[in-house]
Amino acid sequence: MHEETVYDALTAAHGDDARWAFGTGFDDPLAGVDTTVPEGVHPADLGAYCLMLGDDALVLSQRLTEWVTRGPELEEEVALANIGLDLLGQARLLLARAASVGALGRSRGRATASIPDEDALAYFRDPDEFRCTGLVAAPGGDFGRTVVRLLVASTWRLALFVRLRDSRDPVLAAVAAKGVAELTYHREHAARWVLRLGDGTPRSHRRAQAGADGVWPLLADAFTATDVERRLTSAGVAVHPGELRQEVEGVLVHVLEQATLAVPPWPEDTAPSGREGQQGPELVALLRTLQSLAREHPAGTW
Amino acid sequence: MTAAPRDRALATDPGRQAEFDATIAADHRIEPRDWMPEGYRKTLIRQIAQHAHSEIIGMQPEGDWLLAAPSLRRKVILLAKVQDEAGHGLYLYSATETLGADRDELTDMLIEGRQKYSSIFNYPTLTYADVGVVGWLVDGAAICNQVPLCRSSYGPYARAMIRICKEESFHQRQGYELLLTMMRGTDEQRAMVQDAVDRWWWPSLMMFGPPDADSPNSAQSMAWGIKRHSNDELRQRFVDMTVPQAEFLGVTLPDPELALDPETGRHRFGAIDWVEFKRVLTGGGPCNAERITRRRATRDGNAWVTEAATAYAEKHA
Repeated sequence: MHEETVYDALTAAHGDDARWAFGTGFDDPLAGVDTTVPEGVHPADLGAYCLMLGDDALVLSQRLTEWVTRGPELEEEVALANIGLDLLGQARLLLARAASVGALGRSRGRATASIPDEDALAYFRDPDEFRCTGLVAAPGGDFGRTVVRLLVASTWRLALFVRLRDSRDPVLAAVAAKGVAELTYHREHAARWVLRLGDGTPRSHRRAQAGADGVWPLLADAFTATDVERRLTSAGVAVHPGELRQEVEGVLVHVLEQATLAVPPWPEDTAPSGREGQQGPELVALLRTLQSLAREHPAGTW
Repeated sequence: MTAAPRDRALATDPGRQAEFDATIAADHRIEPRDWMPEGYRKTLIRQIAQHAHSEIIGMQPEGDWLLAAPSLRRKVILLAKVQDEAGHGLYLYSATETLGADRDELTDMLIEGRQKYSSIFNYPTLTYADVGVVGWLVDGAAICNQVPLCRSSYGPYARAMIRICKEESFHQRQGYELLLTMMRGTDEQRAMVQDAVDRWWWPSLMMFGPPDADSPNSAQSMAWGIKRHSNDELRQRFVDMTVPQAEFLGVTLPDPELALDPETGRHRFGAIDWVEFKRVLTGGGPCNAERITRRRATRDGNAWVTEAATAYAEKHA
């Protein structure tokens, strides 16, 4: 790099925003993608389903980002930021897809016209309009609980995305195809930490076990379907979460046993709660932070 | 790491000293296995560690906005940037390890106040405009300081700096682009940008260090090819480059004496408050305690994790 050229074009290159940040100059996340709604599918169902999967990614990304500048190793901060970035990428695509089929709800009316649809959804919906599960909304806790939750959430999501690659919705199929490689890495990364903590020192074993004991109950509604998921599964667009149970439980049991941890009792299935908009105080607090600045300046451009 | 010079006993060996001097004079690189004077090694460790610490502490002020970034695009940009800073810290700590230093020991020295980091990170980021101004002015000043280091006489440092400078110039553009966007926004946003510029301008000028007359280590570092330009020279270059950018952006730099000298083509600027500089440098800045407290809490609170990783690696070796 020649030192005289560093500042060149700083003022000249404005107006071409895509040049500023590699991979971040995305004005339309769905540009070039076939966005036709498959025949026989109700757009409202497709929109609701995209919100479920998009909100999971957005909220888990936020939880992982909480570790940046607070991680146990610099390498780990880099890794968690990477995973957070992957999930943010998935969230943007899924929220944009939800918006493209009309799932904006009240958020569009609250946000200024210049705010992109996916931002209107992320920043201007109220907690009861979010469709994420309690599994991702729960606080991260210590690093032991964080990696157990990441293991569980990424195992669930990977099992889903592998199947979703065959979705009749071209956008969901494309998002899933891209996401499988990312989620495979997330799951492996989390599994390696669960092994290290479970089979590390007595203290780390206790903490990892406490993490597992705390996270397991969050699986209560992970395998039960909403009406939207049922209809979309019949239409070949979604995957019934019940189909994921065997794989998810198999992977989790395998990792915990390898990590010398006791597999906590599986919770009784309950009706979907987060997926139906029943959100707890943890999500309310998370969104209060996430949305604070955007809502403080609703006419602002960023 | 054990790649430190193997023969410290010969630290004053005149033959090797002559070879080292010739390498420096020819503007060639010193590599980890080469003999080097002890003073050169120590100076490098101090300088590179201070730079690494600055990257890591520098994650905090901007990192404070990660959870509240006002759009998904800005969140992605900021998260990627803060992640890059962790990466820069890692390359730089690795470069110190080629000189025989140990990352954990350097971190301890940072936390105990025995090594410094750039004082600029002891100022708070009060609004989101600060994220943009930090990118534009702070990263801009860092680039001015660091680009010459891509030609540093120590090979691993020079190579790390090439990559770091490329990423820093990216960050600077992102910061400036955020400010341009905010200046096209509401009156409130424009006021936020001006306020942030007012707060960060003078601390940015201080980033180049004390005036040449008061910079005791500079002469030796220049002779060794560790440093390439004087503090005042780099500061002047930064001012000259930044003034037209401020005009283009539509902000006023908070210095009534700032003016172009038509004869030299360079900008004259007002006196820097070196009392303030020394106060912040010696721990009296608004966020000194907070920055180190978080670094300490991170190290101590997560020690059980690193202990577990070590125990696991030993069991499964």
